[in-house]
Amino acid sequence: MFYRECSNFKDSYASDMAIFPIPLDRWGFIFMLFMAFVVVPLFTSEYFITNIIIPFYCFALAAFGLNVLAGYAGQISIGHAAFMAVGAYASFNLYGRLGLPLVPSILGGGLISAAVGTIFGLPSLRIKGFYLAISTLASQFIIEWVIVHWKWVSGGVFGTIEAPKMFLFGFIPLDTAVKKYYLTLCLMTVLMTFGKNLVRGQLGRNWMAIRDVDFAAEIIGVNLYRDKLIAFAVSTFYAGVAGALICFTYVGAANIEEFNVMVSFAMMGMIIVGGLGTVLGSFLGAGFFVMLPIGINQFLGSFMDVVPADILANIESILFGGLIVFFLIVEPYGMARLWHTIKDKMRLWPFPY
Amino acid sequence: MNEKKEPLLRAENIHISFGGLKALNDVSLEIYPGEIMAIIGPNGAGKTTMLNIINGFYKQDEGRIIFEGKKRSKKMKPNRIAAQGIARTFQNLALFRGMSALGNIMMGRTMKMHANIFSQALYWRFSQKEEIEHRKAVEHIIDFLQIQNIRRTPASTLPYGLQKRVELGRALAAEPKLLLLDEPMAGMNLEEKEDIARYVLDANEELGYTIALIEHDMGVVMDICDRIVVLDFGNKIAEGTPEEIKSNQKVIKAYLGEAEN
Repeated sequence: MFYRECSNFKDSYASDMAIFPIPLDRWGFIFMLFMAFVVVPLFTSEYFITNIIIPFYCFALAAFGLNVLAGYAGQISIGHAAFMAVGAYASFNLYGRLGLPLVPSILGGGLISAAVGTIFGLPSLRIKGFYLAISTLASQFIIEWVIVHWKWVSGGVFGTIEAPKMFLFGFIPLDTAVKKYYLTLCLMTVLMTFGKNLVRGQLGRNWMAIRDVDFAAEIIGVNLYRDKLIAFAVSTFYAGVAGALICFTYVGAANIEEFNVMVSFAMMGMIIVGGLGTVLGSFLGAGFFVMLPIGINQFLGSFMDVVPADILANIESILFGGLIVFFLIVEPYGMARLWHTIKDKMRLWPFPY
Repeated sequence: MNEKKEPLLRAENIHISFGGLKALNDVSLEIYPGEIMAIIGPNGAGKTTMLNIINGFYKQDEGRIIFEGKKRSKKMKPNRIAAQGIARTFQNLALFRGMSALGNIMMGRTMKMHANIFSQALYWRFSQKEEIEHRKAVEHIIDFLQIQNIRRTPASTLPYGLQKRVELGRALAAEPKLLLLDEPMAGMNLEEKEDIARYVLDANEELGYTIALIEHDMGVVMDICDRIVVLDFGNKIAEGTPEEIKSNQKVIKAYLGEAEN
């Protein structure tokens, strides 16, 4: 009744190809932006911002990066956290050692990660499917090993370096959670907009064509090698920026343990639960994986007196795993598809005939 | 009449074998600009193999392909050959199943779109203008094939006949100099066959495409084609106008077998 397409006539191709062709969607999006830019920093606690929202944004960015590769271009990567690590360490060194400004060093970390990612994307020119997945898993271990053993980059065997004090444009200190929050939010919004434009344009269509039928894509004129490598570069760029943001604004230090293989698997889970090949799915999946464990934890915390803590920790994992299975059974194509189903129902509500 | 013209594509003495099987044995054929040519033959005669060689999907063992008077290098990749102006459809549909019908047909324009990645990321001026320009061209094809109502439908949910039509649309969108159709009417009922035959004829007459097609329905082939090449077990056994083929003894033998004594 409230959500409808009626009397919404498109009189130009530009309006037909808009990201949100339905006005209510557009208003919903503006409302979300308002929430993110005004309500969250004003009315929520510092704990909530640093520990929930900032990692949520970072992982949404990283999940979108993986989604470009796995969801759009169909090249599975299960070593994606390693590229976050590359971005994190690269941006730390650019900022701390070479003295670049903050934002350029974060983006520079992304670029270096993209360069490394392109190199590790080379096997995709010859192999695909599970075989490619295994070769990307190798990238995880190779990159971890190199970072830990290359002391100039990581500062020692533990692979941890402390974040230096951060200044935006050289003089605005980034000391409070809210300032870090705005840095993350602005970068994420801009990069996500660019990403959305890429996947709805010709490059995105080429990627989807490669994913669906690669030989037909080649015969219609897609340069498979070039576009697969671009997918790797774009994907690892987003992962690199996300890794840099995690270290600068969330953890405050670059630590190789933040980017181990479990994180790679979690990111794979994010895009599958959220929805392969959708931008919305990257957000939903990241929200699911970042916020839900905290929510379950809080919920189980109330049983602290009755049940021993070690059993509670196990119950937490079981509940989380169970919820993943539940969502995949309810909607195998991810939560983004679930949202579309709801919108389709809303179109006819309350008179479904 | 055609014989005076320079052929658009000339395949000379093509040999190819897969393991021990000789799929094509010394086959030569020409495709002249503006015609509808059919390749026919019993199952396993090497018809699809011939198309695969023409658009570079397979590489011939011997022989050469001359397109627009220029010899084609054997190393040329299929996407470069597509850029020269050869498009095709597949016998077993090869639609991009995760995309809408519109997206599939837009894919046909991929070679004509040149906005770089940064321009596309900004979706500003050049990139947007280009997108709209090609969308217009695609809308013409959608009108031509009368599939306006399924524009936004995911390709995977379309019925078979419409999927075939979308695939034809994708090939047409590339505006090829040579259009290869691999059994465009396979598995269709009479009505759908007539529709597709109409589109093929219109594409040839109104839009001026040169078409080479493989088809098993002899009625359709005899009606719409200017020239026919007959393959049997990898050998070319006949070539000529529909009338000549109809009365060719070798062709009748290949299709119907030989009466004993």
